Order: sequence, then C-alpha cells, then structure tokens
Amino acid sequence: MMHYLSYDFVQNALIAGSIAAALGAVVGYFVIIRNVGFAAHALAHIGFTGATGAILFGLTPLQGMLVMSSLAGATMGISGNRFHRSELAIGMVLSISLGLGTLFLSLYQGFAGEATAILFGNIFGVSHTQVMETVLLSTLSLLLLALFSRRLLFVSIQPDLAESRGLSLTFLSTAFMIILAISVALVSQVVGTLLVFTLLIGPAGIATRLSHTFWRTILLSLFIGIVSVWSGILLACFTNHPPSFWITSILFCLYILTELKVKLFESV
Amino acid sequence: MALLSFQNVGIRFGSRKVIHHFSAEIEEGEFIGIFGPNGVGKSTLMRAILGLCPICEGSIHLFGENPGKRNRFIGYLPQSQSLLGTTTLTARALVAAVHHGEQWGVPWLSSKDSYQVERALELSEARDYADTPFSLLSGGEKKRVMLAQALIDEPKLLILDEPLASLDPKNQMLLVQRIRDIQKETGLTILFIAHDVNPLLGAMTRVMYMAEGNVALGSTQEIITNESLSALYGMNIHVLRAEGRVFIVNAESNIDETTCSHV
Repeated sequence: MMHYLSYDFVQNALIAGSIAAALGAVVGYFVIIRNVGFAAHALAHIGFTGATGAILFGLTPLQGMLVMSSLAGATMGISGNRFHRSELAIGMVLSISLGLGTLFLSLYQGFAGEATAILFGNIFGVSHTQVMETVLLSTLSLLLLALFSRRLLFVSIQPDLAESRGLSLTFLSTAFMIILAISVALVSQVVGTLLVFTLLIGPAGIATRLSHTFWRTILLSLFIGIVSVWSGILLACFTNHPPSFWITSILFCLYILTELKVKLFESV
Repeated sequence: MALLSFQNVGIRFGSRKVIHHFSAEIEEGEFIGIFGPNGVGKSTLMRAILGLCPICEGSIHLFGENPGKRNRFIGYLPQSQSLLGTTTLTARALVAAVHHGEQWGVPWLSSKDSYQVERALELSEARDYADTPFSLLSGGEKKRVMLAQALIDEPKLLILDEPLASLDPKNQMLLVQRIRDIQKETGLTILFIAHDVNPLLGAMTRVMYMAEGNVALGSTQEIITNESLSALYGMNIHVLRAEGRVFIVNAESNIDETTCSHV
C-alpha cells in the first residue's frame, strides 16, 4: 500500500478527495435537514452545463461549474422555498441545463474525454493546481458555513420562529444555496456530476440515521465521508476499477447496513 | 403602560382586509384566548405583533415600541411544524438549536445555555423524552417540545398559534393546564389561538373573538353571548351552555348544529 501512496497522483487524489468529502459531509447535513436534495442534484447538472460551456469558451471546467451553479443556486435561494423545493420547476431547469450541455458538447468536438471526466469524475487526474483550488475554495466555503451555521440550523428547523427573531429567510437561504453550489462544483471534480449525491447526501444521510444531535451527526458524517473516499481510492489502486465505483459501493453498503440496524433496533 | 396596545389597527391579507379599526390594550400577566373561524386573520394578527406582517392603518405597540423591535421578549409557537416533522434530531437538540439561534457562529452551548435548555424542557415537562428523536414523539409530546422552544429565551409574551390542533381532549387539557402553571410560575402574558373555547375556559382572563373583520375583546361573560357574537358575525348566533361547556352554533343553519363549536 505504501508503494501506491508514494505516487503524486494518488497523494493528490487523497488530499482532494478528503477535502471534497469533508465539504460534502458538512454541507450535506444541511441539505438533508433543509430537504433540498433535489435542488442539490439539479445544481450538479447545471454545473455540467457550465463545465461544457467553459471548455467551449477556453475556460477550465471548474470555473464554468462554479459560475453556472452559483448563479443557479443564488436564483433558487432568492426565489424562495416555492422554487427550490418545487420538483416541477427544478425538473424543468435541470432538463434545459442538460439540453444546453449536450448542445455545447456537439459544438466542440475535441473533448469527449473531458466530458466523461466531468460526468463520472476522474480523481486520479486531479492536478496539484486543482488540489490547491479545492483546498482554498473548500476552506472558504466551510468558514462561511461556520459563520452562519447557528442561524442556518435555526431557520432550517423553525423558520417561523427564526423569522420572528429578525432572521432573513431569503438571505440565509441564498447564502446556503451559493455554498451548496460551490460544494457541488468541487465534489463534482472528485466523483463527477452524476455522482455528486455520493458525497453530498451519502455520509450525511447515513449519519442522520445513526445519530440524533448536531455535533455527533456532523462528526460521524465527516468520518464516514473521509473513510469512504480513502477506501475507494486505495481499492481503486489495488483493483484497477474506478474510485467512483468503489466510493459509491462502500457508501451504498453502509446505507443498507444502517437501514437494517435502524429497522431492527430503533424503528426510526 | 400596557404590555401590548392596538390603536385603530387595520390589516390586509393580500387584497382582502381581514381586520378593521381594532383598538385594545393587553396588560402584563393576562391570558387571552383568541378564537374565530378559519381565515379570519388570527395568525395574521399575531404575525403583525411580531412585525412580520405590515398593518395598513393604525399602530401596534409592544412594550411601548413598534412591532419587531422587542421580539427577543416574545416566545412564539407557530402553527406550522414546518421541517420539524421529519427531523431525526432529539427534542433536547431541537430546543438547544433555537437558543440564541439568531447569533452568528457555530451552534455551541455554554454551561449556562445548557442549563436554560434543561429549564425550558422542565417547564414544558418534556425532559422525560428529551433524548428521543422528534420524529418518534407523539403529537402531545411534540407540542411540549415546541413549547420548550418558545420558552427557551425567557420571554415576557408567549404567542401560541393553535397548539391544541390535532391533540385529543385529554392532551388538550394537560397542555392547557401546563401552560397555565407556567404562567403562574413566570408571570408571562399569553396570547393563545384555539378553535374550541372549552379547553381554555378556566385559564383565560379575557377572550378575543374575531369574525368578519371585526374583533371583540372582553371577559367570557361579555363576549360569549348570543348578542355579542351575533353582532360580531352579523348573523343569528346561539350560545348554548351545558355541563360547564359552551357550544356556539349558527341559529340560521339546519346542519347538525350541536356538533359545532364554531360558526
């Protein structure tokens, strides 16, 4: 195993994967308690369109994803609960985004490999520059989230009471959706836009089923996310199967075991 | 100075004016039961007190200031359970989450904060199931947890928006009794929206009745009468009393009147 750890691309993958997993684990907790999973899924697809469009215009996929998904996240946040919890509205925006993404792909012929990487992720292809970008943006996102996590928790569980204490639901919702959009873009680099749910919903979802207090759930979610990514990357080294496959498989097995435990012992 | 005063207040809900020219004063330590049909503006009036709904005429003063300025002294139990219904957080974690929830930073509690969480849970008698996930609690237990959330920051005014909804008669009685005991212990002023007058009969100091844009405030003997309610609704209303209970029925309707507590 030490042999694999000496390779630069494995080291880069472990660092970028750990950061993305940590970001997904924390942001994912709020996605679950705010019930905006479908909006998170849509942001990933919108990010794909941004990535394909960016390549067409000579920018990096990450830049395109960040711009498009942040704009979409801000719009969802500003337009309020009726939009970002509306399956119809999100479904339509998601469809047109994928349609545009397909158009951009057809307009630019030379990057089929990059498109596949955006969709399914290519963690072993993450460069040192991308690692630094991921570390910087993830740290910034986590710091911002920490700054208003108390307020966000309050508005997420008791919006009427929070509003009565002077908190702006629209401001907090918009700020969160922008952080979610940035997280989606960063996590997409690791597991791809189609598998963003893996790190954004998987660890936090399993943790909320097993733990019932804020800090324990966040810590458990972090643990599950990081261990899954490390295990997935190392298994990929040993087996030659893609890390995304291993990460999703590990989280799916953990989810099944969690559901069995809950059904058998807790009936939550 | 009255704790809460309304001067010639008018409130619109969309294009509809739900309250016309309402003036009244509510003193510290009162327990006001608020009744009226669905859509009459009970919750809207409470939101106006909180500064969340604009008034189109007149003024509301709470502790001598405009709505929204002194909300830290208001405990609010909203009608909607919102996202609470699906949460797997424990009752204690949910009460802790709203304690100073308007502050910046991470949700971290000092030992003093933790003491206040325990006190709120104790006041609402929710400590026995404080470590149970909210989604596993019964309807009555959930209401106790929401009551603890409303009490956590030691309010002076408690606004309860239909806390008895979906509770069985026994749990309704127990919850009203607990709220009355809390009021005796803390000296809180309470505005309590409900649909049925009966569970609150022994607890209220005054009754606020709302209908057709009009609001009447007074003792139960003054307000819950044929004359007063008929004038309020603009139709013939009968108030029937039997075995210590009150039944308010529409005398002009032929539909099963005896089961109606509201017109």
